[in-house]
Amino acid sequence: MLIKSVANLGRSGLSYIAGAGRAGSLLFGALKPAGRGLKLLPLLIKQLYIVGVQSLIIIVVSGLFIGMVLSLQGYTILVGYGAEQSLGQMVALSLLRELGPVVSALLFAGRAGSALTAEIGLMKATEQLSSLEMMAIDPLHQIVAPRFWAGVISLPLLAAIFSAVGIMGGHLVGVDWLGVDTGAFWSVMQASVEWQEDVVNGAIKSVIFAIVVTWIALHKGYDAVPTSEGISKATTSTVVQSSLAILGLDFVLTALMFG
Amino acid sequence: MNSKKIELLVGSFLLAGIAAILMLGLKVADSQMGGNSQSYELTAKFDNVGGLKVRSAIKVGGVVVGRVSSISLDSDFSPKVTMEIDSNFNQFPDSSSVAILTSGLLGEQFIGLTPGFVDEETEILTDGGVIEDTRSAMVLEDLIGQFLYGNSDD
Amino acid sequence: MNSSDNIIEISNLNFSREERVIYDNINLKVPRGKVTAIMGPSGIGKTTLLRLIGGQLKPSQGQIKFDGEDLVQSSRKELYQIRRKMGMLFQSGALFTEMNVFDNVAFPIREHTQLPESLIRKVVLMKLEAVGLRGAAQLFPSELSGGMARRAALARSIALDPELIMYDEPFAGQDPISMGVIVRLIRELNDALGLSSIVVSHDVEEVLSIADYVYIVANKTVIAHGTPEQLRQEKSEQIVQFMQGRPDGPVPFHFPSEDYQKELFNHAD
Repeated sequence: MLIKSVANLGRSGLSYIAGAGRAGSLLFGALKPAGRGLKLLPLLIKQLYIVGVQSLIIIVVSGLFIGMVLSLQGYTILVGYGAEQSLGQMVALSLLRELGPVVSALLFAGRAGSALTAEIGLMKATEQLSSLEMMAIDPLHQIVAPRFWAGVISLPLLAAIFSAVGIMGGHLVGVDWLGVDTGAFWSVMQASVEWQEDVVNGAIKSVIFAIVVTWIALHKGYDAVPTSEGISKATTSTVVQSSLAILGLDFVLTALMFG
Repeated sequence: MNSKKIELLVGSFLLAGIAAILMLGLKVADSQMGGNSQSYELTAKFDNVGGLKVRSAIKVGGVVVGRVSSISLDSDFSPKVTMEIDSNFNQFPDSSSVAILTSGLLGEQFIGLTPGFVDEETEILTDGGVIEDTRSAMVLEDLIGQFLYGNSDD
Repeated sequence: MNSSDNIIEISNLNFSREERVIYDNINLKVPRGKVTAIMGPSGIGKTTLLRLIGGQLKPSQGQIKFDGEDLVQSSRKELYQIRRKMGMLFQSGALFTEMNVFDNVAFPIREHTQLPESLIRKVVLMKLEAVGLRGAAQLFPSELSGGMARRAALARSIALDPELIMYDEPFAGQDPISMGVIVRLIRELNDALGLSSIVVSHDVEEVLSIADYVYIVANKTVIAHGTPEQLRQEKSEQIVQFMQGRPDGPVPFHFPSEDYQKELFNHAD
């Protein structure tokens, strides 16, 4: 019994390492320059549309509401200390440092990451990937590379939009509704938010999340068992693993940047 | 969905993203975007800098004119603060004084700069200039000490 | 047969997936300019054989020669060069779902040549005409029936005028009319374009009607080969069972199991 469970543990550990190896060679193969820069551009634009533009609505709506909630919660706490003037600072710092990069990455994993996995898994199941290979076209360059770059470009932009919209939502609730002075809202924010410390560090976080989420999504799709059950499992596992990776990495990055 | 429309939407998406970054940079962080504005440096020595930090504000009558660029310990073990002052404010005479102040009871510490008098003997401070007249940070423990045992030693 | 008459020569091929042996010492030759069929019961990895020939899988042992070049020893780059001379029709068609039929057929031409768009248009229309789908050029794969999708995919696999074309179960799941169309297309394309064809299938009648030479694969190896006439004369029980589709024979109807009565009545609990 014990020996069996140890053997199982060892086997799943080995297959996990093998999976990581395949994920690595997937990324390496996709990013290896193939001298087809110009042919990549239309593919990239199309993927930016699917990965970026189509995620925009969920990002804007969530950003708006999260900014509004932050403002509402923050106000009720801060007003107890007579410090409601610091509302802008609280909203902006929470969004820029944490909520912007993290929540937009989680939404991105759910919206775009799962779609990428399902799409590539389906391409595998319908033999489109094999058929590209038989046409002497490397699917890593044709399919994986443009999606990877689209993800890496889109998510940091989406996170910036998320934070900007969130701050406007916070302004809407704090200033227009709860009556915090608009000048104080902006000036306290401006005095405390630093370009390097807050905006750039937040952007670095979202670039790292973008790489990780897109990579996981592509790998899960490419590695999926090409059946409908396999694809649905791969899609679920993309969302679960990306979310865990985002939250875990966020702690590490926060400790490195602000610790 | 034809490709022209997709290109247009992707273009707008990229622009919206860049606009958001610009807004975060200019409106929210109100940064000078990495020193493309001109500044000059002044130094001052204090007995105690308290909770002053690099990037703390330097204010004249409440207006921010610059930021602390470094805090170090001089050879005689007194803290030396280097201040970066915006070149728009380049008319401070060398009789000016600086003090480490606190905004509110528990707020951030910043440097308050009080411009001095101007006569024939004063010079205008330029890059690398030193402000001699400094007043250190108030340290709460010292204040309490003064309050308890005070009045005796002055 | 002299070696240059064969476009594919497979010798002493062994292939196993994880611990399961799929092929054990297979020898097979595909003559140039002919339609060669590979038949066998389902589940013996006929598609795997095509993937081995396409170089998508590497055998554990043995040689696969395409036009005299050994695929097993080729580098990835050489393999991509060799594949330009091959076409493959997948079971599902494998059309790119996000492109219409015209762009699907044009895709390999656009990727591999620098031809001007006006010329590409002519080539694509010629290929579509050959499979009778010129009128469907602007349709998307989701709007095509299964048979039409397979024909569109066929037009795509001959877009670059390959020397060899491989058909993976071209008759599976087709209605009699599409089946007839595909049977005719395989034969006509082979003769008109001077191709060599490999058809993998278990539809005995259709295959025998078009193949010039047939291999029957079972039990991990080639159990018989010859022209359709020779195979019809074959006396071996195994082959007769397969050719005539008998439910019981050397391949038993029952999955190996314990004695029926024993299992029914000696149920110990």
